[in-house]
Amino acid sequence: MPEYRWPEMSKRRVMGKRINRLDGVEKASGRAKYNSDLNKPGMLHGATLVCSYAHARVKSIDVSEAEKHPGVKAVHVVAPAGTEIQWAHWEVAFVAAETELAARDALKKIRVEYEVLPHVVHEADLKKVQDRAKAAGEQIEGDPDQALKQAAWVSEGFYGIPVLEHSCLEPHGNVVSWTPDNKIELNPSTQAVTSIRGDMARAVNVPVANVHVHQDHIGGGFGSKFQPDRWGVAAAELSKKAGGRPVKLFLERPVEQVIAGCRPSAYARIKLGASKEGKIILWESQSWATGGFTGGGSPPIPYVFTRIPNQRKNHWAVSTNTAPIRAWRAPNHPQASFLTCAAIEDLAAKMKMDPLELFLKNVDLTARPDTYERQLKKAAEMAEWKKLWHPRGEGGKGHLKRGLGIGVCTWGGAGHDSTARCNIHPDGTVEVELGSQDLGTGTRTVIAQVAAESLGLNVSDIRVKIGDTNYPPSGTSGGSTTVGGVSSSTRKATLNALSKLFEEVAPALGAPATELEAVAGKIQVKGNPAKSITWKAACAKLGVKTISETGQNVPREAPKEGLNTGGVGGVQIADVTVDVETGIVKMNRLVAVQDCGTIINPKTAESQVYGACIMSICGALMEERIMDAITGRMLNNDLEFYKLAGIRDIGEILVHLEIDEANDKRGVIGLGEPPVIGGIAAIANAVANAIGVRVPTVPMTPMNVLNTLSGRMS
Amino acid sequence: MTTAVGPALLEETAEAQTPAGVMGPGAVPITLTINGKPAKVSVEPRETLLDVLRNKLNLTGAKRVCDRGTCGACSVLVNGKVMYACTILAIDAQGKQITTIEGFALSGGRPHPVVTAFVNNDAQQCGYCTPGFVVAAKAFLDRNPNPTYEQVQEGLGGNLCRCGTYVGIRKAVLEAAKAMKGGSNA
Repeated sequence: MPEYRWPEMSKRRVMGKRINRLDGVEKASGRAKYNSDLNKPGMLHGATLVCSYAHARVKSIDVSEAEKHPGVKAVHVVAPAGTEIQWAHWEVAFVAAETELAARDALKKIRVEYEVLPHVVHEADLKKVQDRAKAAGEQIEGDPDQALKQAAWVSEGFYGIPVLEHSCLEPHGNVVSWTPDNKIELNPSTQAVTSIRGDMARAVNVPVANVHVHQDHIGGGFGSKFQPDRWGVAAAELSKKAGGRPVKLFLERPVEQVIAGCRPSAYARIKLGASKEGKIILWESQSWATGGFTGGGSPPIPYVFTRIPNQRKNHWAVSTNTAPIRAWRAPNHPQASFLTCAAIEDLAAKMKMDPLELFLKNVDLTARPDTYERQLKKAAEMAEWKKLWHPRGEGGKGHLKRGLGIGVCTWGGAGHDSTARCNIHPDGTVEVELGSQDLGTGTRTVIAQVAAESLGLNVSDIRVKIGDTNYPPSGTSGGSTTVGGVSSSTRKATLNALSKLFEEVAPALGAPATELEAVAGKIQVKGNPAKSITWKAACAKLGVKTISETGQNVPREAPKEGLNTGGVGGVQIADVTVDVETGIVKMNRLVAVQDCGTIINPKTAESQVYGACIMSICGALMEERIMDAITGRMLNNDLEFYKLAGIRDIGEILVHLEIDEANDKRGVIGLGEPPVIGGIAAIANAVANAIGVRVPTVPMTPMNVLNTLSGRMS
Repeated sequence: MTTAVGPALLEETAEAQTPAGVMGPGAVPITLTINGKPAKVSVEPRETLLDVLRNKLNLTGAKRVCDRGTCGACSVLVNGKVMYACTILAIDAQGKQITTIEGFALSGGRPHPVVTAFVNNDAQQCGYCTPGFVVAAKAFLDRNPNPTYEQVQEGLGGNLCRCGTYVGIRKAVLEAAKAMKGGSNA
């Protein structure tokens, strides 16, 4: 069996290089075809009718006029009479027509009678929603009552972070055909090419083998695109009713923003106790969150500082008449980081201690004291903490106040289950095939780098084929597990294939197959370039045969092989300026120091961290779902009033990836999620440092900042 | 009351009696000039240029994201000026020079300097907003061949990215500005 371990850092030729992503030109030139771009022959267009009420019962539904509308080929009802609707924008019916406009017109002819029922859409005030709140049960560690008596310092605060919407730029949906031979051709926008096949098959009761999935590109997922969803299944039903014609059904933006993914809120009253010197000895929290109608959403608090010896925690899951949550890039972690780091900085402010010092004093309460100590110091140096930090509220005399704040993160990120197949053809071409997907992380590119490294070739020699269920199964892209999974399976598949090639050429080189190596486009006797054969000539010896070998990453065995692992820490420091007259928060700088494992491509890896920082800025300063209490509807379900940062809003971002020999030996660790966690905490803390008071609820909008300054919220 | 209402707001029956010479409400044949070539297409007056490009002409580089003039993913050039194709009716685009990303991003397989700079600086992740950004960047650089860093931030302020690629985009636009000096294939 080949030695699968990664070559030593110093000996790598292709891995670790800052190469451009392989599909870069295709995407930037508009040539890349996303499934929402498909125009298939005979394709129908779908449209979705949603319910306007947040809570209602369908009394009757009449689609007969819609069915007669010119161009309509199929109508499919998913909320028949008797259905209890539990959130606004719940799907009621779908139409497929020759044109999108005809489908939309037909929706207007569907007559639905509702019995309107009372709803609850706000959860910020726990007292008002007690009857919708489910207690998780008290959790106690140590002796919190005793700790409260012992504590020399006690700090209390209320903190809240709202529901956010995934806002993928490519909406959810698919092009799908369900033909009379009972076969389904599915072109979704998905983070789960392999598993969506089975999910769709189950949903429509068709054998999995009859379903084929293909996706070249996906326009954003962030945790919200794993399932076929009600609209995907409905599109398949529409296709069947229309005799198997492909149906394109992607959600329109006002619907997409509401039902296609949101992350849970988190609110908490937190009490921290510390010794005279600043050792944290007590955590008490009453927290609550909504994950939509089914509840859910529980921030893991205290976050990172999990070893606080005395804790009392109570959590309530609040059921609201709002769309259900989906996984969001680091589920529950940004919320937990904000709640925890805000409470710690408020304790520091009360003690009149530098929060950096307080964080450092308590790193032994984390699972990675050395990592966090090193990262806190590095981040402080990069953020010029010594020069720029000042005690809370001493941000200067004018209306512009500058402040600094800290946030921390942790994440797993080991590789998922993945199988790769490597084909070496007699003409020397190499294919690597996986049923995986590239969310923009650069999956294609890292696969090519690993394959080229393993086979002694260049990246341009490798044809990477992903996004199709005809390729071997690969896990879903969730939990930052893709690069760890696909790099490991690719490593094993390529080395397995190479072993076969060695066997073919061993006689010609007069050495046993185990004594051969692939170096710089040649196969040679180990350490003896004089006894070599070019890659092309070696492959020619295959005659008409193609070598096709697989390799699998099995998560529970991966730690032994050393190709991938999980578990990282990270620290971010924000530097902001707040205008206390307008309430506008301006980003000066966000510093991210990020722990990592083996980095296959530093360029795309850094992009992950930059992107995560920017997503944090959006969440800290702008994003929030705004619900209307009276109608129960989301008020800002568009991209104008659901605010995202633009290029002007982000300030400078400094990224320090801890790439070194020691970290490299840990193997590949996913990087998509960890850097998106600490930014909101850091920015919220920086605002408090600047203006002297805690803005209790994220986002730090002018309204929330000014309300706090005028005493309306604090 | 009815005298104050324009034809577009009339009920269907009234619309059917629209006087001759007025388009619609059904599909009408029009000719658009796209990437220098005439394109004959049948459109309803209410169809946006974006939907016609994507659904009827298979020019899908411009993406439909917000569909409400906010995000810039559908950016095209109309008479050389960058515009959101989702906010223009196709019938209003007649007689104008429309340039889509397909019209300039690759010529003879050679990427436009803006495309190259986006790739070099990894100014894209999922890539869905990217063609819109490339169109906006080209239009910006055509008018501001020597931009400052601050001007880049202002000039590209009309587009949104969800993956967070702005750091790369800033560098890319400055790099493209340098590369385009000397009359490259812009």
